Amino acid sequence: MNDTKPVVEVKSIRKTYVMGKTEVHALRGVDLTINQGELIAIMGTSGSGKSTLMNIIGGLDYPTSGSYFLDGIEVNKLGKNALADIRNQKIGFVFQGFNLLARTSAAENVELPLLYDRTHKIKNYRKAAIDSLTLVGLGDRTDHHPNELSGGQQQRVAIARALVTNPSLILADEPTGNLDSRTTVEVMQLFQELNEKGITIILVTHEDEVSRYAKRIVELRDGQIIKDVVRKPDSAIDDLKRLIKRQAIERDESELTV
Amino acid sequence: MRPARLIKVALKSIIKNKMRTLLTMLGIIIGVGAVIVMVAVGEGAQSQIADQIQNLGTNMLVITPGSSNAGGVSQGSGSFNRLKDTDAEKIRNESAFVAGVSPVIFTRTQLVGGNGNWRSTVHGVSIDYPVIRNWELTSGRFFDATEQRMGKKVIVLGATIAENLFPNQDPVGQRVLVRNIPVEIIGVLAKKGQTPEGNDQDDVALAPFLTVQRRLSNFTFIRQILANTYSSEDIASAQEELKLIMRESHGLADWEADDFEIKNQDQLSEAAQGTTEVMTMLLAAIASISLLVGGIGIMNIMLVSVTERTREIGIRMAIGARGSDVLTQFLIESIVMSIFGGAIGVAIGLGGSKLLASFTGWNTVVSPDIIFIALVFSAGVGIFFGFYPARKAASLNPIDALRFE
Repeated sequence: MNDTKPVVEVKSIRKTYVMGKTEVHALRGVDLTINQGELIAIMGTSGSGKSTLMNIIGGLDYPTSGSYFLDGIEVNKLGKNALADIRNQKIGFVFQGFNLLARTSAAENVELPLLYDRTHKIKNYRKAAIDSLTLVGLGDRTDHHPNELSGGQQQRVAIARALVTNPSLILADEPTGNLDSRTTVEVMQLFQELNEKGITIILVTHEDEVSRYAKRIVELRDGQIIKDVVRKPDSAIDDLKRLIKRQAIERDESELTV
Repeated sequence: MRPARLIKVALKSIIKNKMRTLLTMLGIIIGVGAVIVMVAVGEGAQSQIADQIQNLGTNMLVITPGSSNAGGVSQGSGSFNRLKDTDAEKIRNESAFVAGVSPVIFTRTQLVGGNGNWRSTVHGVSIDYPVIRNWELTSGRFFDATEQRMGKKVIVLGATIAENLFPNQDPVGQRVLVRNIPVEIIGVLAKKGQTPEGNDQDDVALAPFLTVQRRLSNFTFIRQILANTYSSEDIASAQEELKLIMRESHGLADWEADDFEIKNQDQLSEAAQGTTEVMTMLLAAIASISLLVGGIGIMNIMLVSVTERTREIGIRMAIGARGSDVLTQFLIESIVMSIFGGAIGVAIGLGGSKLLASFTGWNTVVSPDIIFIALVFSAGVGIFFGFYPARKAASLNPIDALRFE
């Protein structure tokens, strides 16, 4: 791990919200370094500060104090427009509610970040979008609209959208919150597959169902890191095989009883 | 983000929400359509008046008595009549530009003959009169120079008199009594229609000037002198020349103001159009209010749309849209909608003007100017009323916007 360079370097970050007369300390000095190629789960109950940390890492919010480097760029010193460009270039968001544009095809949804790409490094939007969709296994669904896709497929479109700009980091906020257990495993299998290709992924979640597929688990409570462990992740592909087998048996049994 | 891309994004969003787009545009469509129809009606009326004035004659100049000015108190036009047939005579002899000239004197009187009697106006004019007024005869002939010089008792009837006194027959050769003097009918004039003021031009009879002045009215001073030039290019020079001749004829010193007025047909139509111009402005103003209401409608729907699309804005911002990108997108949406609405409004205005013209028989004229103004104005409405909602969208916080349900 020593030869890999850090993607995210968070140094003694604090975030304080003023609500009326009371001050809420969402983050009380968080230090975190995430290296390239990690698959890390940031865990915590609601109110632990994990969403705030995610917003800061995602370039959606500024810390009250401390510094945050992304790919060596001190993000907390950037203006709003530069921050928007960082989100566009270096970060791929995956949300709990998929957040796809309705009445817009899968390919058009995936193209969306390219529209705001001021570097114009990708010329052929449609090809990039189809490549990205193929990567998540939806190469045959490019013209489908979100309402024609299952929840798992919608989340795959969202992941394809996050991947299309070749970001340094995928930031997934409760990516399986709206999915059933089988689809959860499928999506996690996709994340593991992408991670094996070298993509750095941060999962923000409160579910063990999700975190057990991560290589490293960071737990937050009351705005501080209370646990940071590196572990051997469960294999989503194995779980998926087991699930498919069990469902096949259940189906056979139900057919027998009829 | 490139402008072309932004326009594409805005167009997609407009096309994807057809119902919302239509409702947004409706106000502008109606507003622009109303402005165009109203102005078309007003300008139609104006051009009709201009046509009627042009119909009065060809290359015509009208000399009327001017205003008197007694000790600084102006008595108004016609208050001091020094116009005489000798003025007309002097113009005929001295002017280089004038082709024909005719003094005009008239008297209202009863005409008796044929079927009964008819009250009308008898004009005393010169032989040049039908040329100046561009007035044809349907039957018979006009009086000649000899009859004019002798003050013969001959008369040419207008179409209205002919129809009333001699229905379905040719009155030429018959006699009418004018102030108990028997006068021979030698011709009937073609129909000319109404004046801009709505008077029947055909309810008139023409007789030699001398005949009317000596036998019928005994006026020394005359109501007007008509003249015409050889071509339209001569009108301005003729106007100058006539002014000099008239001043000389009236013996005015250099310090004295003109005691007459000389107007060409353009000046006459300008004067007559004054009131319709006010009417056109009024109609346009009323219609503009509906355009304003249409603009407020756009702002209304755009504001609702910003709220409805808060999540979409959040997504766009999270994946890298700058505030300015969102602002431009919404602004372009409202401008495109109002220009489209304006274009549809223009089409409806054009159709509406035609339809109105065919139903009511009014003259309607749609000038390219008003189409251009309507389109520019509706684009302006789009920018003005689209800006506030667009800025509201751009100033959203992406975190809150993403959390918005």
